[in-house]
Amino acid sequence: MIDIPSADAPVDAPRGRVLLIEDEPNIATAIGFLLQREGWRVSTHSDGRTALDAVVRHAPDVIVLDVMLPGQSGFEVLGGLRAGQNGTRADLPVLMLTAKGQTKDRDRAEALGVSRFMTKPFSNRELIEAVRDLARTAPG
Amino acid sequence: MNLTFSLLVAVCLAYVTFLFVVAFAGERAAAKGRSLMRGPTIYTLSLSIYSTAWTFYGAVGYAARSGLEFMTIYLGPTLVFIGWWWGLRKLVRIGRAERITSIADMISSRYGKSNLLAVIVTLLAVVGTTPYIALQLQSVTLSFGVFAAPGTQASELTGLAFWVACGLAVFTILFGTRKLDIGERHDGIVSAIAVEAVVKLVALLSVGAFVVWGINGGAAATGEAIATSPVANWTAVPGRWAGLIFVSGAAVICLPRMFQVLVVENSDERHLVTASWAFPAYLMAMCIFVVPIAVTGLARLPAGSNPDLFVLTLPLAEGQGGLALLAFLGGFSSATSMVIVASVALATMLSNHVVMPLWLAAQNRDGSGQAQASISGDVRGVVLRARRASILVVLAMGYLYFLATGGTAALASIGLISFVGMAQVLPALGFGLFWTGATRLGAAAGIVTGFVIWAWTMLVPVLAGPTSVGPFGIEWLRPEAPFGLTGDPLLSAMILSLGLNTFVLCLTSLLTRPTPMEQLQAPRFVQVFDRTAAPRGRRSYHAGAEELLIMAQRILGASEAQEVFAAESRAQGRPSDLPETTPDLLDRLERKLAGSVGAATAHAMVTGITGDAAVSVEDLLAVADETAQIMDYSARLEASSAELVRTAGELRAANDKLTALGHQKDAFLSQVSHELRTPMTSIRAFSEILRGDEADGRVSDEDRARYAGIILDESERLTRLLDDLLDLSVLESGQVVLNPADVTLRTVIDRAVTAAGTVSLGLRIDRDPEGEDVTLRTDPDRLSQVFINLITNAAKYCDADEPALRIAVMAEVDGVIVDFTDNGSGIAAPDRGLIFEKFARLSDQAAAGSAGLGLAICREVMARLGGSIDYLPGQGGAAFRLRLPGETRTAGTARAAE
Repeated sequence: MIDIPSADAPVDAPRGRVLLIEDEPNIATAIGFLLQREGWRVSTHSDGRTALDAVVRHAPDVIVLDVMLPGQSGFEVLGGLRAGQNGTRADLPVLMLTAKGQTKDRDRAEALGVSRFMTKPFSNRELIEAVRDLARTAPG
Repeated sequence: MNLTFSLLVAVCLAYVTFLFVVAFAGERAAAKGRSLMRGPTIYTLSLSIYSTAWTFYGAVGYAARSGLEFMTIYLGPTLVFIGWWWGLRKLVRIGRAERITSIADMISSRYGKSNLLAVIVTLLAVVGTTPYIALQLQSVTLSFGVFAAPGTQASELTGLAFWVACGLAVFTILFGTRKLDIGERHDGIVSAIAVEAVVKLVALLSVGAFVVWGINGGAAATGEAIATSPVANWTAVPGRWAGLIFVSGAAVICLPRMFQVLVVENSDERHLVTASWAFPAYLMAMCIFVVPIAVTGLARLPAGSNPDLFVLTLPLAEGQGGLALLAFLGGFSSATSMVIVASVALATMLSNHVVMPLWLAAQNRDGSGQAQASISGDVRGVVLRARRASILVVLAMGYLYFLATGGTAALASIGLISFVGMAQVLPALGFGLFWTGATRLGAAAGIVTGFVIWAWTMLVPVLAGPTSVGPFGIEWLRPEAPFGLTGDPLLSAMILSLGLNTFVLCLTSLLTRPTPMEQLQAPRFVQVFDRTAAPRGRRSYHAGAEELLIMAQRILGASEAQEVFAAESRAQGRPSDLPETTPDLLDRLERKLAGSVGAATAHAMVTGITGDAAVSVEDLLAVADETAQIMDYSARLEASSAELVRTAGELRAANDKLTALGHQKDAFLSQVSHELRTPMTSIRAFSEILRGDEADGRVSDEDRARYAGIILDESERLTRLLDDLLDLSVLESGQVVLNPADVTLRTVIDRAVTAAGTVSLGLRIDRDPEGEDVTLRTDPDRLSQVFINLITNAAKYCDADEPALRIAVMAEVDGVIVDFTDNGSGIAAPDRGLIFEKFARLSDQAAAGSAGLGLAICREVMARLGGSIDYLPGQGGAAFRLRLPGETRTAGTARAAE
């Protein structure tokens, strides 16, 4: 469980908070670096079971969520989030990432109410734009 | 010619003797197979028993009283034979196909071989025919009386009737019960009645010709005489005419004696073609002189003379003794032939449907289960005795009835009453032939209803005399005017009985369901012409052929029964053996037996042996599908649909397997995709960062080095993954090539520890130097691959503060055991079954960047080496036990042996 300190954020005015739920440390490092460079405050969480607690704790504006997580899959986390478990905001924008690349995963994610779905590997620019779009359309 | 009573008796005896000779000759000729005896001419002549003494003498009397109305009695049969020839052919076809023995058997057979119905019809026939037999006896007595001296006592005449009855009984028993199988027919009797038919016709024509040309002086003069006679003053009542024509048409089919000669005695269906015109012609010839004789008799004989005897008294009055004698013989012939055939027919019914069932029931009561098979004695004898006794009973009843009512006018009308009585069978017969929906209960209810109404409205008034009020003062029950019908009593009784009979039959049939047996039988009758010879396929095959043969011998006689079985054996291609009891054989046998004892009894006997008296499941199927063909078709459909179901099941199983394989393949590909995409994601992301950094320079040198290191690590991870995948694929496909060599275990472990070196830097490895000193014949490279995997796993996943791995070796009789045990927390019980599966990397320990193929590869390798790898629980940390096969020896021992 690696929380990248927000102190690392660049001097630009922070765009908002991103919670990155990803268990592959190298991928987490890459995404964290990319988003922080764009002015986001990024928190990273690597366990599926405690993911919703992390959402409550960090109160992010956008969530980036991996599917293959230890303890609980990204789908279950998304389902719990949309159901408002643990008192989370049910309408948080969620960008889901998967390395499986199967359409049935995309279908399942969309059925659960995902905001955006991307397949790994992704282009950095696409990822950054996706998070920016989600933050802009996010309610409240 | 002076006729004395004694001479008459002598002539009678001579005539009867002549008939005996004819009958004998007929039987002999038939036995020799002379076809002439059973030609269409004889058949047509035998049908003439329709004209009894009642019509021979009575027609003239009828004409004298009611004019041409007597014609109706001849018109009915004429219309039936000309207009309904097709229906008669159907009747005859069924009679022959089903070996029908009587009208009662016909009805019973049609309605599911119901013996109850047979008994009802038999009862009806007995009640309806007995007075008719009495009528014949009376006519013979009366005709004798004409010749008797004026002072002759009535008792003498009555005594004569007794002797006539006895003579007829002897004759009937002699020629009617010589053989058992009615299907073989009574050649002697038929020959005799054919001769009698000729005598009747010749006698009546002779008297007629004498009257027209001898007395009246020609046809023209006779016509004049008729025109001036009171006979001409008659009026035809259309309703009564229609009714009489109908009822006499019904009688020609339903009267037991007519059914006997028409259907039972028929030897060839084609004879009907001749009979269809020849029989009406015979009837016309019989009635052509009736009116002249009546008119002349009324004109010439003293008033008060009995018109019923004009045929005799006219020639006598004119002094033609010889002609009178001929006429007497004609009347005698009419009477005797009717009595003979009627008693044969009735005796057949009585013995088959009353005596035999009672006897069988009695036998059943004594015996246990296999009743029919254990019948002792000769059944043939029993049947014949029953039939002979029945003949005696029938004639005795006729005689007693004659004694009770003889001399009264009551007998005169008994002919028509008998006709209407037997016509009660017509609805059951007619609907049975053309409507499969007619049921046993419907037929029984209809016949009983008609029977009761007929008995009440027609029989009771004759027996009890005219009544003026109904019973208990209930007016509408008065026999002469039932339900207040005050019209022609004969007509209203007929319409009421037959109408209600038909109505009740239809209504009951619609309200009741036929039994399975009925549903089997009905199409055999209704569709007799388009029936294919499909066996009913209804009996089980376990019936003993031997028991059947024993029973058949008792009924058919030894030689004939054996012939039937031998023919069947030959047909089945096993001539030296008893035939198999196929449904076909049983069917044929049952019909053959039915010819002797009636359908119901034969069915009871055969099913008694085959042991399926109850309707079998196949029966029910057959019934459900209405015909045997449909059953066969549906059975085939069922078989193929069962096969389809089976095939579909197999396909489904195969599909499930394929789907499962597909799912496995999908899951595997999905995991491979995941394992490939994960390192590629990092590689791509950091490559883009580093490339873009050349433009903006915002990545520190330190980060740049770190990111390049990550790219390198992830690239290596990709390579490793691809290597593992290829390795696993080769191992799984069984195409791996092993390079066995004699090697000590220590050498292999040393190599593995060295190879894992960099990874296992922080891991302490405890070894077992003595145990390792064992020589194996194995593939050292593959074995060390397994060891490396286990060492690196321990290095990666052992969560102890000071991780340690112990490698212990134990020699076994037929191999070596090597245990790898670390001091970590081990693997949780639920996961232990999973760790050897592909991509089974336990998620908690994901960080190490392994694809989770290591243990799967270890398992495959160990299998190829002829050993195994298992998780060893209860060792504190994670423990794996490897078994290596082969004759092993410690290096020391080996050296010592040299």
